[in-house]
Amino acid sequence: MKYYKPFQLFWSFFKIGVFTFGGGYAMIALIEKEVVGRRQWVEQKEFLDLLTLAQTSPGPLALNTAVFVGYKVDGYRGGLSSVLGVVVPSFTIILTIALFFSAFRHNHVVEAVFMGMRPAVVALVLAPIFGLAKGLRAWQLACAAVALAVTWYVGFSPVWLIVVGAIGGLSYAYYAKKKGKES
Amino acid sequence: MIYLQLFLSYLKIGFFGFGGGYAMLSLIQHEVVIRHNWISNSELTDIIAVSQMTPGPISLNSATYIGYVVTDSVWGSVVATIAVCLPSMTLMILITRFYLALHDNRYIKGAMTGMRPMILAMIGLAGAVLFTRDTFSDWISWVIFGVVFLASLKRVDPILLIALSGVAGYLIYA
Repeated sequence: MKYYKPFQLFWSFFKIGVFTFGGGYAMIALIEKEVVGRRQWVEQKEFLDLLTLAQTSPGPLALNTAVFVGYKVDGYRGGLSSVLGVVVPSFTIILTIALFFSAFRHNHVVEAVFMGMRPAVVALVLAPIFGLAKGLRAWQLACAAVALAVTWYVGFSPVWLIVVGAIGGLSYAYYAKKKGKES
Repeated sequence: MIYLQLFLSYLKIGFFGFGGGYAMLSLIQHEVVIRHNWISNSELTDIIAVSQMTPGPISLNSATYIGYVVTDSVWGSVVATIAVCLPSMTLMILITRFYLALHDNRYIKGAMTGMRPMILAMIGLAGAVLFTRDTFSDWISWVIFGVVFLASLKRVDPILLIALSGVAGYLIYA
């Protein structure tokens, strides 16, 4: 029996979408198993490159990987199928929650549960900073601290952090290249 | 026009969403809580908690949820979710096409190096904004924060941590 490619892509990424709890890096192994192992759409070495590229591009990793694999296998149609696969599970679940959550939110049991979870969320957001900071030099950490303080006090959009960081990095790369040519 | 605002906000979140979920959080906060006042800070914290326990990336989950809450219609969810996906899709297709040319490009590497400290700052900012008096109303919340923070550094599963804090909340506050 011959499967239709967009359907295969949709189904593979649907499965990935259903099991990517918490998002981020937990699902890389799952994607690899499905895309490299089972379907053999991408080779092992290409998969590593793909991860680097998916991290270069903005947006969630699962979505970026879906676009890459889908587009590679079946062009625009494939890209769209695999994106739908990733999006549909989370969309359905969150919409269902949104439909009912406002009715339950002020129930005192629900409120108590969330009162326990809120400080945990703040801790989970802040904890990865330590892991990320380990890979950076002291001057980069200083940049991060200054950027954080300025954004906090002035209150401008964090979009500017990305813009300034990208421009700074580009200028440095340009300067380094020029210097390399002269010497 | 609320749908247009929603679309533009999530387009921005999608386009500048470098560095994954928690870094995107500060963008989401800025657009949704600070700029447009669509939901409160503690409601956003709740969405993050729910998002941890349900499949899918935080940016997609928040788009679907906030789209619905703001417009009171499923179409709001659809608009916000499409908007947050569009930049990823467009950029990734471009990247896939120029894959080899981009692969070892020094300027892309340079831009990424420059953005790395900023992503750290964005996560810090997201965390700082979440420190509200509502969330940290008593010493118990500080204890939960401390325990979860340390456990998370020891790589305990975040889903388990959120679930356990929910149970603790029920036992203590209900």
